[in-house]
Amino acid sequence: MFGWEFPPHIAGGLGTACEGIVKGLAYNGVETLFVMPSASGDEDQSATTIINASDVAVDTVSETVEEYLDKVKFIHIGTNMVPYADPEEFSRLVDEDRKRQVKDFSISYGQKYKFSGKYGANLMEEVARYAMVGGTIALQRKDEFDVIHAHDWLTYYAGIAAKELTGKPLVIHVHATSFDRGSVDNIDTRVFAIEKKGMMMADRVVTVSNLTRNIVINRYGIDPGKVVTVHNAVDFSGRENLVVERGVKEKVVTFLGRITYQKGPEYFIEAAAKVLKRTKNVRFVMAGSGDMMNRCIRHAARLGISDRFHFTGFLRGADVQKMFALSDVYIMPSISEPFGISPLEAMRTGVPSIISKQSGAAEVLKYAFKVDFWDVDAMADEIYALLNYPALADFSARAGFDEVNALKWNGATAKLKQVYESVVK
Amino acid sequence: MASKSICLYFQVHQPTRLRLYRFFDIGKDSHYYDDFANRTILRRIAQKCYLPMNAQLLQLIQANKGKFKVAFSISGSALEQFQRFAPDVIDSFRALAETGCVEFLCETYYHSLASLASESEFTHQVLKHKKAVEDLFGVTPTAFRNTELIYSNAIGEMVYGLGFKTMLTEGARHIMGWQSPNFVYGCDTQPKLHLLLRNYGLSDDIAFRFSNQGWDMYPLTAEKYLAWVKDSARNDDIVNLFMDYETFGEHQSASSGIFDFMKALPEAVISDGTFSFVTPSEATKKYKPVADLDVPDPISWADEERDITAWLGNELQQEAFNKVYAMTEKLSIVGDPDLWEDFGHLQESDHLYYMCTKFFSDGEVHKYFNPYDTPYEAFINYMNVLSDFQIRLDEKRAALDVKEAAVREVEAAPVKKKPAARKTPVKKK
Repeated sequence: MFGWEFPPHIAGGLGTACEGIVKGLAYNGVETLFVMPSASGDEDQSATTIINASDVAVDTVSETVEEYLDKVKFIHIGTNMVPYADPEEFSRLVDEDRKRQVKDFSISYGQKYKFSGKYGANLMEEVARYAMVGGTIALQRKDEFDVIHAHDWLTYYAGIAAKELTGKPLVIHVHATSFDRGSVDNIDTRVFAIEKKGMMMADRVVTVSNLTRNIVINRYGIDPGKVVTVHNAVDFSGRENLVVERGVKEKVVTFLGRITYQKGPEYFIEAAAKVLKRTKNVRFVMAGSGDMMNRCIRHAARLGISDRFHFTGFLRGADVQKMFALSDVYIMPSISEPFGISPLEAMRTGVPSIISKQSGAAEVLKYAFKVDFWDVDAMADEIYALLNYPALADFSARAGFDEVNALKWNGATAKLKQVYESVVK
Repeated sequence: MASKSICLYFQVHQPTRLRLYRFFDIGKDSHYYDDFANRTILRRIAQKCYLPMNAQLLQLIQANKGKFKVAFSISGSALEQFQRFAPDVIDSFRALAETGCVEFLCETYYHSLASLASESEFTHQVLKHKKAVEDLFGVTPTAFRNTELIYSNAIGEMVYGLGFKTMLTEGARHIMGWQSPNFVYGCDTQPKLHLLLRNYGLSDDIAFRFSNQGWDMYPLTAEKYLAWVKDSARNDDIVNLFMDYETFGEHQSASSGIFDFMKALPEAVISDGTFSFVTPSEATKKYKPVADLDVPDPISWADEERDITAWLGNELQQEAFNKVYAMTEKLSIVGDPDLWEDFGHLQESDHLYYMCTKFFSDGEVHKYFNPYDTPYEAFINYMNVLSDFQIRLDEKRAALDVKEAAVREVEAAPVKKKPAARKTPVKKK
C-alpha cells in the first residue's frame, strides 16, 4: 500500500483515512505493508508495517538499469517543459533527456533520497522519486504481497511502477480529484495527467463516494465497470469527549477546514449575515487557514458582522476537538467535497451538522442537514432553526451521534477486501 | 528677538499593544495587553531615546539661557507606561517643564481618532489629557495637537470650543496649494483658532532622511540645515519642525550622529541670529494669521496622501472603528471605570494602523511600527478583544437592568415614599 502520510504527522484527512483503512483491513484479516515517503517512527504500527521510503535506496534486485528504466519510463524526474520546439529539436531534446535520465539514475543508483513528505515546491520531483523508490520496494518484497493499493495521485506513479515491475494487480484509491481542488476550468493539468494515467493503469479504481465515482467516470473517461465506491468511515476509538468551559454565552456555528474555493467559505459568510439579521444570540467561527482567508476576513468586515464572525487561524490537535466541543452547529458548505470527514467528527461530538449536497458525506449521513452549497437562504434557514428550536437540535444531535458511531472502517474495509479478491487471480 | 522663528515640537507616544487574543479567550480572560512587549519596548526606547535626549535638551536649554525652546505632546497612553515601567522618564520631563522653556501640548489622552467619531468622547479625552499634564508637570496646556495632526474645520471648531487658541497640523500640499506653510493661519470656520503648519520637507529631512546614506544631501550638518531653513523662510515668518520624538536615538540611531546634530543646531541658529526659537503658544502670539485655511476633509501628517486612510482606508479598519464607537452610548449608561479605561486603550489609533493594507507606497514605514505579520491578523486579534469587551459591557448593562427593576418594585410597593431619582437613564430594548 502506497500512501503519502500517516498519523500522527498529517496535513489533511488522507493520512487519517489511511490509518483507518489499514486497521480495518487488519480486522478483516488482510495484512498490509504501508509505504510512505517520510516516516518519523512514531506511527502506530499495530495494524500494519510501515516502510519509510527515505530509508530505501533505489536498487534493483533482478534487472539492469535499462530494463528497470524501460518499465518506469513514464516517470520524469524534474520538470522539463519545452515550449515551441520543432520536431527535430524535440526529438534531440528527448534523446538528450533520456541519456541524462540514465546518467542521473546511475548516479543516484544505490543512493537514498530524503523525502520531505510534505506538499512543497518540489512536490512533482518527490512524486517521481517516490515512484522510483516504490518500484524498488515492490521488487524487493515481491513475495510478500498480492495487491498494490495506491492512495491519491501522489502515489499513483509508485503504484504503476510497482505494477509494471512485479505484474501484481493495482488498485488505486481516489480520495480527491483535481476537480475538487480547483474549479472545472482551472485545474492543474500535470496532476490531472498523473491521475488519469493512474486510473487507466489500475485494475480497480476505488472512490470515496458516488460523487467522486461520477467524476472519475465522466471527467476522466474511466470504464464504470472498474470503478467502485467505498465510502469513508471514521475511527473514534480512544476518543473521549472533551468537556470545555464556554467563554461565550451565544450559540456557536462553526466552519472548520481549509479556507479555499472548494470549501465554499463565502457561502457560509453570506448565510451568517442573514442569520444575524434575525437573531443576535449567535457567533460564527471560521476555523482554519487557506488562500481565501484574507478575502473572507474582508468579506465579513464589509458585511459589518466582524464582531460576531470570528477567525481562529489554523487549529491543530486538541484545539480542533475544543472547537467542536464549543460548537452548537457545524457547517460544511463545500462546493465539491469527495467525502468530507469533518461533519462526522462534529456529529460524533454531538453537534448537529449542515452539509452541502455536493459532498460525499451527504450520501451516507441521513441525519445531517443537506443544502445546495449556493443556497445561502436554505443554509441560513437551517442554522436559524437549529439555534432556536431545541427539539430539532437535540434530535439531530442524538440521531447523528448514533449514526456516525455506526460508520466503521471495519465495514468499509470488508468491501475493500472484496475489491482485492476480485483482482487477485 | 529675531523677527523669524523656528518652532520645534516633538510627539511622544507609545501604543498599548494587545496580546495574542484568541477566540477561545473570549468571555474568559479580559486582560488584553501584552505587558511584556510593552514594558520591553518602552524601556528600550527610554534608554536609547527619552532619557539621553531629555538630558541633552535640558543641557541645551540651560546653556542657552532661555533662548532655546521646544514643545512636547505626550499621549496619555505613553504617560501611563512611563509611570508603570520607567518613572525616571517622567522625572526627566518634569525637569524640562521646570525650565519654563518647554511647552506641553494637549491631545486626546488615548492617541485616538475620537475627533472623527464622537464629540463627547473627544471632549472627555482632551480634558482627561489636560488634567494628566497638569498633575504630572504642573503646567496647563494652551495649545492643542490632535492625534497624528489630524485636522479639519469641524475639528478646529471643537478644539476652539474646548478653550484652545492654537492648534498644530500638517502643511499638506493639497490644502496649501501655492501658499507657504511658514506662516500662521486661521481656521476657516473659527478664525480665532490659529494654526501652525508643519513644514514636512524640512521636518522629514531630520525625521526620515537624516541617516539615509543614499540621500544626495547626506550627511546633514547643522550649518547645511540652517541654510535650507533660511532659504525656505526667505519671505516667511516661522518654520515649524514637528516630528516624532523617537526620531532621536530610535528611528535614527545614536551612531548616525543625530544627537550631535541636535546639539549643534540650537547654537548655529542662535549665533546666526535670523531665527529665534518659539513654542507654539508663543508663535501664535507673535504672528497674526495671514489667511484662513479651509479644510473640509480631515488631513493628517501620515503617508504620501496626508489624509486619514492609514487608519480608515479599508473595510477592516472601518468595521473596527464603527464597532468600537458604537459602544459609546451603552458605556455612558453603565459608567464603569474599568470599562472606560479599556475602551480608551482600544481606541488607540495604532490598532487601526496595524490593519492598514497600503503596502505599496508607505509599506516600509507601516511595517516598522507593526507587531503583526499581516493586517488580517491585526484585525482578527482586535475584533476578538472587542468581542470580549462587548460581552463585559452587555453583562454590566444587564446587571443594571436587574438593579433598576428591583428599585422599581420597591417604588411600586404601597409604601408612601418619594421615588428616588434615577441616576442613569434606562434604554428601552
